[in-house]
Amino acid sequence: MPRPWHLVTSPVLWVGLLFAALLLGMPRLAPAFHWAFPQVVPPVFDRGSFLSLWLSHAGLVVAASGMATVIGVGLAVFVTRPGGRDFRPIVNALATIGQTFPPAAVLALAVPAIGFGPRPTLVALFLYGLLPIVENAIAGLEGVPTAVRDAAEGMGLSAWQRLREVEMPLAMPAILAGVRVSVTIAIGTATIGSTVGALTLGTPIFDGLAGNKLPYVIQGAILVALFAILVDMVFARLQRRLHAGARNG
Amino acid sequence: MIELARVSKLYDGRPVVDDLSLTVPAGAFCVVLGPSGCGKSTTLRMINRLVPFDSGTIRVGGEDVRQIPPEILRRRIGYAIQSVGLFPHWRVEDNIATVPRLLNWPRTRVRDRVTELLELLRLDAATYRGKYPHQLSGGEQQRVGVARALAADPDLLLMDEPFAAVDPVTRAALQGEILRIQQATKKTILFVTHDIEEALRLATTIAILERGHLAQWGPPLDILEHPANAFVAGFVGGEAGGLKILALRTVSERLRPGEHADGEPLPSTASLRDALALMMARHVDRLPVVNPAGQPLGVITLADLVR
Repeated sequence: MPRPWHLVTSPVLWVGLLFAALLLGMPRLAPAFHWAFPQVVPPVFDRGSFLSLWLSHAGLVVAASGMATVIGVGLAVFVTRPGGRDFRPIVNALATIGQTFPPAAVLALAVPAIGFGPRPTLVALFLYGLLPIVENAIAGLEGVPTAVRDAAEGMGLSAWQRLREVEMPLAMPAILAGVRVSVTIAIGTATIGSTVGALTLGTPIFDGLAGNKLPYVIQGAILVALFAILVDMVFARLQRRLHAGARNG
Repeated sequence: MIELARVSKLYDGRPVVDDLSLTVPAGAFCVVLGPSGCGKSTTLRMINRLVPFDSGTIRVGGEDVRQIPPEILRRRIGYAIQSVGLFPHWRVEDNIATVPRLLNWPRTRVRDRVTELLELLRLDAATYRGKYPHQLSGGEQQRVGVARALAADPDLLLMDEPFAAVDPVTRAALQGEILRIQQATKKTILFVTHDIEEALRLATTIAILERGHLAQWGPPLDILEHPANAFVAGFVGGEAGGLKILALRTVSERLRPGEHADGEPLPSTASLRDALALMMARHVDRLPVVNPAGQPLGVITLADLVR
């Protein structure tokens, strides 16, 4: 546990407080927005509370990133086993396509198939977030030193035991780095779900773009950016703690 | 303890191990010796089924290795390799406890066994048990590796060039340790090396491999004095014979008890060759000698080496 004064100077805390303040208190900034953009009425987006938009947005990111992590790590494990090695190029290609195929295009294709709202958004976010996790997980698993794997096998650990006790813990820093990238990107990308009717922090952005109301765009964008920065900082903290735990004697 | 009967392994149609038959009696320190690529590591790894073999039979303790599930077999056999392969994310204590935990030993028994093994390998248990591998030197890591191999008290130890990656002084110390441990516990050890000096110092029997065949098999003095063919003669007699004798005899055989000398002492288990090398490095003609516990025994001089 950090000591009290470390907590006070902790950047995560301050960014978190700023984010929470804006999330809950954006309407209080109405005078400022009105002064900067006098022709926009109302000056603050009001077709829904930012809090509920954020909750929906976060829910989409958590669900999509959770799936991407489970399936991404699963695929990485599969292609690093003797039986799955031949599939590695295919898995690599699929993950790469998942990220190079524009999420907007995925939405356009998914909507006729599965409807509007959160469902096509989840599909787009999942595909988009797969590559960093798969690549990092593969690198992490392959980075386990050969001598360690040989000793583990030679001492009598079963394949499952080797994976669970030796390979996964050693690959964890790389996997965490991949998840961090994937989640941070997903937070920004989730905004496009608003174009197909999902409730996200992108809703004020696209509303603002459509109705030529710049303050709404700014309000949505600032909240998305702060959310992404905050999550990224929390992951960084987590990675440091994992690293420190492993290195401490 | 180990029987290999007409074992072969082919790689891309080429025999890496060719019709090899070998018997290692229980309690022997058998060194498998040969140049790079002769199949010695492959042979060792076929015994614990890390490498499959194409024909012949291998028995450990009378049982056909193919009839035992590989994990069960390996938990009965100690395994130590050159790069040690300690699990970097586990403390020394947990590394050593690996096989006992796999065998579901009770926690107190495991803890006591770790203490016992650290003491056996001359590492202070309280200091070392909580350390992580990256905090250890190469020699310390290899000691932990040996402790880990011995943890479940196996009757057989397979060691694949375990001391090749450490400096010569540490290597000599580790060789002394494994000799002492084997003599005290009477375990069977199959030890692979390409280092003739190491083989001569450690082995009760040596098996020399040449390109997958067994070239000669017997005690060290036999191999030195009656090499079976030109290859063996060349492999062991590369240097002048006298120097090999120096490697076979230890300081304890020639030291002068009670006398004193200055400088870093030499363990009594060191070979005469090590003593000569140290004298040359330090430009002295006498060295102090200590016993394995570090107590002074006496002195060895240059003249003693050629007595």
